[in-house]
Amino acid sequence: MSSIGHPRHQSGLALEEMPGPMLELREVTKTYGMGEVEVHALRGINLVVREGEYVAIMGQSGSGKSTLMHILGCLDVPSTGTYLLEGRDVSVLNEIELAEVRNRRIGFVFQQFHLLPRLSAWRNVELPLLYAGRRPRSARRERAMAALGAVGLADRVEHRPTELSGGQQQRVAIARALASNPAIVLADEPTGNLASDQADEILAIFEAMHNQGRTVVLITHEPDVGERAKRLVRIKDGLVVSDGPVRP
Amino acid sequence: MNWAETARSAFESLRERRARSGLTVLGLLIGIAAVILTVGLGEGAQARVSSAISSLGPNLLTITPGSTTTGLVRGGLGTAGDLTLADAQALSSRSDAPDIAHVAPVIQTGATLTSGSSNWSAPVMGTTPVFTTVRNRQVVVGTNLTAAELASQAHVAVLGSEVSQELFGFASPVGQVMDIDGVPFNVVGELNTAGASGASNEDNLVLIPISTALDLFSKPGPYAGSLSEIFVSATSSSTIGAAYEEANDLLLQLHSITIPSAADFTITPASTLLSTAATVSKALTTLLAGIAAIALLVGGIGVMNIMLVSVTERVKEIGLRKALGATPGLVLRQFLLEAAMLGVLGGVLGVLLGLVGAVVLPLLISQQIDVSLVAVVGSVVVAAGIGLVFGVYPAYRAARLSPIDALRSE
Repeated sequence: MSSIGHPRHQSGLALEEMPGPMLELREVTKTYGMGEVEVHALRGINLVVREGEYVAIMGQSGSGKSTLMHILGCLDVPSTGTYLLEGRDVSVLNEIELAEVRNRRIGFVFQQFHLLPRLSAWRNVELPLLYAGRRPRSARRERAMAALGAVGLADRVEHRPTELSGGQQQRVAIARALASNPAIVLADEPTGNLASDQADEILAIFEAMHNQGRTVVLITHEPDVGERAKRLVRIKDGLVVSDGPVRP
Repeated sequence: MNWAETARSAFESLRERRARSGLTVLGLLIGIAAVILTVGLGEGAQARVSSAISSLGPNLLTITPGSTTTGLVRGGLGTAGDLTLADAQALSSRSDAPDIAHVAPVIQTGATLTSGSSNWSAPVMGTTPVFTTVRNRQVVVGTNLTAAELASQAHVAVLGSEVSQELFGFASPVGQVMDIDGVPFNVVGELNTAGASGASNEDNLVLIPISTALDLFSKPGPYAGSLSEIFVSATSSSTIGAAYEEANDLLLQLHSITIPSAADFTITPASTLLSTAATVSKALTTLLAGIAAIALLVGGIGVMNIMLVSVTERVKEIGLRKALGATPGLVLRQFLLEAAMLGVLGGVLGVLLGLVGAVVLPLLISQQIDVSLVAVVGSVVVAAGIGLVFGVYPAYRAARLSPIDALRSE
């Protein structure tokens, strides 16, 4: 896999040179109020992810991992507590500022791929660049081509999602996440809809991304997937129950 | 994402839903075409009535027997119906009525016309040679009535073009003989074709000398010799008012009437007919345009409906776009543009359909349609506006969607 953008650092640093926090959650809670019934999805999460880390967040459905993912992705804001992304408190941002953070700092990979069916592969990858206001179109195309090349789809750029296999579609989605060169890639059950050989391909791409120094946070409920990361955070009932490196 | 990029995205999304977009545009374009055609129809009718009335003669005053109505009180009934040749004579006086150029007294009767095996019925007007001048008509074949024929009560007739065609086909009627209620007349001339003005057909008439008409057709009784009407032309369009006053004063004096409101005659300037007709056709145009506007409103509701369906259906796409960095403003812009594009497309196609209709319809319904530039430009603008206005609510709903809910929907 060739490099995309400029990786922030080379991996293999000594512990004493540990990089600063990429994202930091301090006592983050999220409560969904539904009249008299209140649902406490997150009940005080403390989490620090450093630059270049490859973290898997694991939990059963209902554990709060989806809510956590939404907050990490700036799709939602915490009820209480602070979320610092690259040192900046994003829990106080308004909708427009959040949109900009999502556009420039975060790359999303979803379980359902979420590709627009009428657009070809490269035009799907182009979308975040469009919202970033990158011009002209040829520059966006060039960038999208590079991203697709990096996930091994250089020969599929004009194909529509329906003409691609599930694994290929997810690779297009990964190219889209990488296109704007985000600080962090957030993947929500990226292999949930894939056969195991295709899932392996996708996980290999995440691993390569990590090796190039990109910060990757992967959310899953499958232990095999979680164990492919370098660090495993388990959550249950809205709280972190364990956090530590994955033993190879 | 700038306007051009948003427009491209909006257009692609409309193209993807071709059938639905097409049907929405169809609803709008019918409304637009209806507006253009109804307004055109109204304006065409107005133009035709105006030109027909002004062809009567621009400086024309028509004097008819019968009193003007003042409030609910009509003038003396017994005095109605007594315009006489003496009245016409007095109006011709240069000194008493200096602003009146010509006076054409008319005795009108319906009569049966026969020539060989053809017969036809038409109004026969006994009048004087100046009738053609006063009424702005020309004798295109043969000759007009003459003073000599008037003096000798000659049995000569000048035909309107429709009468001529009914009795003699396309051959020249001049020199032919026809019977008017059984009395033989020589045809000496034919009038130009004038077309219909309001209710009367100006081509279905026969002119004969008024002396002959008095001799042959005047009914015995108290109104024997009374005129049907007197046509008066003013010396110019600026003296119509003065001519009106002179005719009015003169006739009041001749009829020994002291209270003007009790007059036993009515003087109608052509301009009055014109403004009455204009008022009527304006009301008609307004009514038609109102109906068309309702059609347009229905088209607009169609746009709103389809945009709401589109937002509901594309919740996932909206969520994804937001996750990728689309601000609420950009989402709003895209949906507004989609609605406006439907509007503009409906407007442009509606104008085209309207223009085609304006060419084709007159061939079928013999009604003139005047397409006005204002209606064309106005409808395109209105259609785009309708798209925008009716697109606001759906676009707002799209912009407010929470990206989480949007992405979660399966």
